[in-house]
Amino acid sequence: MIPNELKYAKSHEWAKVEGDVATVGITHFAQEQLGDLTFVDLPKVGATVTAGAEMGSVESVKAASELYSPVSGTVTEVNAALENAPEAVNQDPYGAGWMIKVKLSGTPNELGGLLDAAAYADVCAAEAH
Amino acid sequence: MSTVFKKSTNGREGVWPAKPEKSASGYLPADLLRGKSAGLPSLSELDVVRHFTQLSKKNFGVDGNFYPLGSCTMKYNPKFAETVAAMPGFTRLHPVLPQLKGAGRLCQGALEVMYETEQLLCEICGMKAFTLHPMAGAHGELTGVMIIAAYHKDKGNKKTKIICPDSAHGTNPASAAIAGYEVVNLPSKDGIVDPDELAKVLDDQVAGMMMTCPNTLGLFEKNLPKIVEMLRSVDALLYYDGANLNAIMGKMRVGDAGFDVVHLNLHKTFATPHGGGGPGAGPVGVSERLVPYLPISRVEKLEDGQFFLNYDFPKSIGYVAPFYGNFGVVLKAYAYILRLGKAGLIRATEAAVLAANYLRKRLDAHLEVPYDRVCMHEFVATSCKQATCGVRALDIAKMLLDKGYHAPTIYFPLIVKEALMFEPTETESLDTLDQFADDLIALLAESEKDPSFATSAPRTLPVTRLDETRAARSMELTDDL
Amino acid sequence: MPYVPHTPEDIRRMLDVIGAPSVAALFDEIPAGLRPKSFDLPEGKSEMDVLAQLEELARKNATGHVSFLGAGFYDHHIPSAVDALSMRSEFYTAYTPYQPEASQGTLQAIFEYQTAVTRLTGLAYANASVYDGGSALFEGAMMAVRHTGRRKLVVCEGVSPIYRVMLGSYTANLHLELVTVPHKNGMCDLAALASALDAETAAVVVQNPNFFGTVADFTALFAAARAAGVVSVMSVYPVLQSVLKSPGEMGADVAVAEGQSLGLPLSFGGPYLGIMTCNKELVRQMPGRMVGRTVDSEGRTGYVLTLQAREQHIRRQKATSNICSNQALCALRALMHLCLLGQEGLTRTAETCIERAHYAAERLTAIPGVKLLSGNAPFGNEFALELPVNAFAVIDKLTARGYVPGFPLGRYYDGLENALLVACTEKTTTEQIGIFAEMLRGALK
Repeated sequence: MIPNELKYAKSHEWAKVEGDVATVGITHFAQEQLGDLTFVDLPKVGATVTAGAEMGSVESVKAASELYSPVSGTVTEVNAALENAPEAVNQDPYGAGWMIKVKLSGTPNELGGLLDAAAYADVCAAEAH
Repeated sequence: MSTVFKKSTNGREGVWPAKPEKSASGYLPADLLRGKSAGLPSLSELDVVRHFTQLSKKNFGVDGNFYPLGSCTMKYNPKFAETVAAMPGFTRLHPVLPQLKGAGRLCQGALEVMYETEQLLCEICGMKAFTLHPMAGAHGELTGVMIIAAYHKDKGNKKTKIICPDSAHGTNPASAAIAGYEVVNLPSKDGIVDPDELAKVLDDQVAGMMMTCPNTLGLFEKNLPKIVEMLRSVDALLYYDGANLNAIMGKMRVGDAGFDVVHLNLHKTFATPHGGGGPGAGPVGVSERLVPYLPISRVEKLEDGQFFLNYDFPKSIGYVAPFYGNFGVVLKAYAYILRLGKAGLIRATEAAVLAANYLRKRLDAHLEVPYDRVCMHEFVATSCKQATCGVRALDIAKMLLDKGYHAPTIYFPLIVKEALMFEPTETESLDTLDQFADDLIALLAESEKDPSFATSAPRTLPVTRLDETRAARSMELTDDL
Repeated sequence: MPYVPHTPEDIRRMLDVIGAPSVAALFDEIPAGLRPKSFDLPEGKSEMDVLAQLEELARKNATGHVSFLGAGFYDHHIPSAVDALSMRSEFYTAYTPYQPEASQGTLQAIFEYQTAVTRLTGLAYANASVYDGGSALFEGAMMAVRHTGRRKLVVCEGVSPIYRVMLGSYTANLHLELVTVPHKNGMCDLAALASALDAETAAVVVQNPNFFGTVADFTALFAAARAAGVVSVMSVYPVLQSVLKSPGEMGADVAVAEGQSLGLPLSFGGPYLGIMTCNKELVRQMPGRMVGRTVDSEGRTGYVLTLQAREQHIRRQKATSNICSNQALCALRALMHLCLLGQEGLTRTAETCIERAHYAAERLTAIPGVKLLSGNAPFGNEFALELPVNAFAVIDKLTARGYVPGFPLGRYYDGLENALLVACTEKTTTEQIGIFAEMLRGALK
């Protein structure tokens, strides 16, 4: 459940970079840890997000967790469907459960700070213990 | 059972006053009046009485059920205290009376109750002064931290942080944050605060530390003298979360031990009922150096024996309540303290600690107790072993509900996995404790044979387990949504 | 010993199981240096003696006075059924409904309470209540601060001065700016309030009727606030809300109230009830407990505490508030009160209060030198009189004769030393108003 083509943050967000736009969401591991999501709070279109900084939060019945942006840039699109159907994040975290699209502002180097699938798998394995 | 709104029948007469001569439009212009009726229900008195009587039957309460609920001291609430709180000489008193010139004489009895209660709480806790204003435990915490902030501000100290041990109460960090502080979490060692760990986070920026003692594991903080000394060295104040005061009355005084601020939960230690979630009362006591910062007003006694409210404290944090706190709750606690007296309070603490240790020993062969040594008034067990067979703390809680027991506190404190926190209190008889232990042991045995026995509980209550995810997603908070 | 049932034989058996030599030994964990220096408390008393002592204290309170005190806290008739029902021990000795299967009574009642208060304010969402009307107002303002990310609060001086000082205390460490817009002869200055709103303003905070008793329409102000991205927070008096234009109809975002007037005795200041309601846009910012409707595993309707992820026990220092209780029993009483009166009963109550107040105003302003502070401004059940002399002195004189004539506005408002705030409820009789008028006439001679 860790697609090879994506980049990952240690805080369990993924980013899919296409040209100068990144699509961002949370990983399968993250949604499993949180349980059934009841609410997703995302930045608005036009907002600036910074790699490693808080960009929103997710809630389940008994837990709440901050979301950290894996990339820096301007939010160009927000997955409005999550407002009424946060379960999409549980059901399809890498597809219908995507959260925001960001027009990248940083240098390509910044993406170098993100993990590849193998390294992220190690992070999950360590946390599962 | 349908909601009370669904039972409404147009035209049915309730407890109506006589009709006035004119309607509101006779006195007020139409543009200031409601366009749409509020739509409150039309019901007869019996409709209402039956509805709420039936609702009440869907509740557990201390009078009907044993509540071994850790951290909340669900002891028996003596009935005479309700008689006191309902005396018309108290219920009819308007709260602004003492603010009127000459009208203080109309409420001397109430002011005396407040004054005497403060004196008693001072002696029980070894503090210099008390305020009765905070209206709940968390409100007391906020008031206490505001007092700490006022002290540092007055001294010109630049302080930004409050330390909260992980074994302290869960509300402490939120209270510190609402009072404007950054929260530093302190991990405990062997169940208690460790001076070496404290040294790592203690610096000049620390305004204070909030402690629960005994802590949420039911363990006494044995390093307290050392902790007090360390905090004093950086002019940080020590806060006592009084949720667990039932464990130490007459055995230790918060002030003597070096604490500067304490809040009490009158609805826990002093037997005022919880009311299904409130009202409570959270009086705050302080050491001498913090007296100037207490909220206003403060009740004082003149030489002629008269009582009055003094508002003249320029360094006070101001008002935290509109008046003098939850006076009706304070009355019950005052009556309870008078009834028990010195020996009774000590005896309550001794019996609470005895009962907790007895229950711990009755259960520790069946439920693992991570810190299995002498506890104070409560102890924490874990169902980690049972969880490997699919029976979690939540399932054990639900099985107990089927047996007519309120569940212990579960999943708290966070530092114990699958935590079950038991606090039997002093008011439960040995028979009740034994029956509870026997029943719990039998339930554990049953669920070991068949985990679904646990996971499908409760089966005998008005509802089975509820879909909390659906509730949070659909946000149906009223009958109109 | 009262309420401790263990016999000496029980204690011996318990100690045997524990393996401790004595009860004292269980306290060996407490270091010797921490033992109390003193524990000088009176000896315990019998139930009869304690009741006698408290009766004696209750008698020292003169509650036989005729009172025209209000100032936000009113003496309304409470139907007897409210006491009878709320004193069922299944309600008042219950714990917070964290185990929903064993708490459906409390939970459904709170759900119904939430419904009732949203109908009164005309806003869609409510929480399970907070401590009192003042803390509700502070929490309402903080909802606006979180929602907008702004740090300025514009507060009308007509908001209860008691609540405004509470707001000042609570916000002292939170780096918020409080801007108070002065009243105009006891009326809210709507133009000044509107012009005080700017891009830094989180909330505009008003009260209706205001502290002086005058009633206003804030529709235009709230529209201006919305256009400026400012949240409108309105404090109301729930009894009058049966007839007055609702916060929802005026376009408020958050409406709060002191719920004491709904079935709670005055009790010298508490316990009271902080009512909080809001529109959908702000519901995620609401502090405290909330009850939601759902289904159980067999599809039956049931109720649970919900949206708990906002609360302190999960969010710790990032929680929306540190509040972790509600005034459940007070909310229950308010709901029972509203159900017993119903729409017609509450409307009649409000209209009777208004009628008595207008009669009192007429009688009192017939006295030479006495006039209404706010002139012809509309008012509800309370109004401010301007006297030719200091109001404190009048209160002193009349109180000595068994009539508490009202609240001296000079206590909180400079320049209003001669102003007296007079309240009527449905319990105030026309005879009492007549005697009060004669007494005042005599006192001013």
